Amino acid sequence: MKKKIRELREKRQKILLGGGEQAIEKQKAMGKRTARERILALLDPDSFVEYDMFVEHVARDFDMEKKSLPSDGVVIGAGTIYNAPVAVFAQDFTVAGGSLGLMHSRKITKIMDHALKMRVPLIGINDSGGARIQEGVNSLAGYGEIFFRNTISSGVIPQISVILGPCAGGAVYSPALMDFVFVVDNISKMFITGPEVIRTVLGEEISMEDLGGARVHSEITGNAHFFARSEDECFEQIKRLITFIPWNNSTRAKAFPSAEPDEAYNLEKIVPDDPTLPYDVRDVIKGIADNSDFFEIMELYARNIVIGFGRMGGRTTGFVANQPMELAGVLDVDSSDKAARFIRYCDAFNIPIITLVDLPGYLPGIDQEHAGVIRHGAKVLYAYSEATVPKLSVILRKAYGGGYIAMSSRHLRADFVFAWPTAEIAVMGPEGAANIIFRKEITSSDDPDGTRKQKVEEYKAKFANPYVAASRGYVDAVIEPKETRRLLMHAMEMSGNKQVTMPVKKHGLPPF
Amino acid sequence: MNIEEDLGKLKINSIIYTTRLSTKFLKRQPYKPADPRLVMSFIPGTVLEILVKEGESVSAGDDLLILDAMKMQNRLKSAIDGKVKKINVVKGDKVSKGHVMIEIG
Repeated sequence: MKKKIRELREKRQKILLGGGEQAIEKQKAMGKRTARERILALLDPDSFVEYDMFVEHVARDFDMEKKSLPSDGVVIGAGTIYNAPVAVFAQDFTVAGGSLGLMHSRKITKIMDHALKMRVPLIGINDSGGARIQEGVNSLAGYGEIFFRNTISSGVIPQISVILGPCAGGAVYSPALMDFVFVVDNISKMFITGPEVIRTVLGEEISMEDLGGARVHSEITGNAHFFARSEDECFEQIKRLITFIPWNNSTRAKAFPSAEPDEAYNLEKIVPDDPTLPYDVRDVIKGIADNSDFFEIMELYARNIVIGFGRMGGRTTGFVANQPMELAGVLDVDSSDKAARFIRYCDAFNIPIITLVDLPGYLPGIDQEHAGVIRHGAKVLYAYSEATVPKLSVILRKAYGGGYIAMSSRHLRADFVFAWPTAEIAVMGPEGAANIIFRKEITSSDDPDGTRKQKVEEYKAKFANPYVAASRGYVDAVIEPKETRRLLMHAMEMSGNKQVTMPVKKHGLPPF
Repeated sequence: MNIEEDLGKLKINSIIYTTRLSTKFLKRQPYKPADPRLVMSFIPGTVLEILVKEGESVSAGDDLLILDAMKMQNRLKSAIDGKVKKINVVKGDKVSKGHVMIEIG
């Protein structure tokens, strides 16, 4: 017995070294941890159990049969984060550059199947040179099997992707199919075709970082949801996210004790009366959410809309808010895309949505029209309309035109719509409206500017307020800013057992 | 909470908003209508062959140049009748996207 146990220990010891000490040293020199170190840093202490440690590759061509690839370059298993179970895989760059061969992919699909069957979140850590060329089409088959599982698991279990190294070519489509993508500055690199191919085929020079580094995907492409400066910071972000989301789509996120927001966030003072002046809408969220705690998602991308999680009465809540201090808070191609996906995430995982409205409408411009603002903008309408989770809206100031309709209006079946007295719910801003309605009076006047001013004031007095909408019941209550939290808590309580029936269909056709 | 820095102005429907203008917004390209007189590379590639000479008359649909790109030999045709005013490339040139290769007068 003792001998056999010693044998087992020796075997394990050898495998735990991955690609060997030299490769590990190289990995560390890049500011990166090894695959197993990463898992241990992310999960609760002593909670990780590794599966399939003894798996070896099966390649028989190009002298591969003479090579040993411990665990075939990927570590799989399960453990807990703050006592919540999670299934994990982490590619091991020290073993053949983390390249994906048949057994490597079988290990990943095994843990994916496990996560789906057990209805627990999946966390995938990517650090791989890509397909293992020596394994040919088997390697491609492996990617396909992963993408298929990403898709069928979508909306059932949370899928979290962590890019801690290169992730290039077809491999990028697994993260793209998952719910949240985490990247780390100078470590993450994602692209379909790398700088080398771009240089030889197109003659254009670009560095890996500028092509598909963490910053690019956080600010420009919108592929990444969380940006960190180090692996440690990244793991902290993942842990925090886990506290806000449920294990699967048939449960709710863990409840916490309710806590009042910090009084420093005085809603009456944060928002200026003048609808053309900016403020940081995140301060309004902090003045509403439990403990003033707001966990922002896609902080650096399309900053004209703010999305993220907070809690109301201890329950996870998704916040969607126009950001007046960035591009006046308009909806455009990028912000529509960002908001719509988040709304669908909340709906899939039973998370109520609070929408804070303050926008001038959709962004005008040839570039926007040609970039497809019609179909991208439609995503917001679609996402709000199909969502059956509790939908609560607060109109803080302006809500003009199509923007008003899109932002969780009564007409898209918001359950509660509140408006501050500063709200202006109208087909467009007073200046634009007066110019059209009173065009004749203004142009034929001896004093066009004076007449215009007078007409704008008339329009403002009559329509730039929440009371016209309230008189039709489109707004349920006009409230003082300081009443906002109390009424939202009331609305949450009232919608705790919300039930709506949708027509039976295979699936809808969202405009994506 | 300090948002006073780098604020700009954005006009929407006759109203001017004070707000930060994103890099992407500031970098947007002004629209230029397509000019059929300028034959441009629609994709980066290599000039494989030039089939016309300066001063030559061409009709709409005539082949002007072969551009090798993405493992394909693309025959670029003239969209209009006219004269080849200027040829800005020579055989073997690598061109980026949107490069004006031939001008028709």
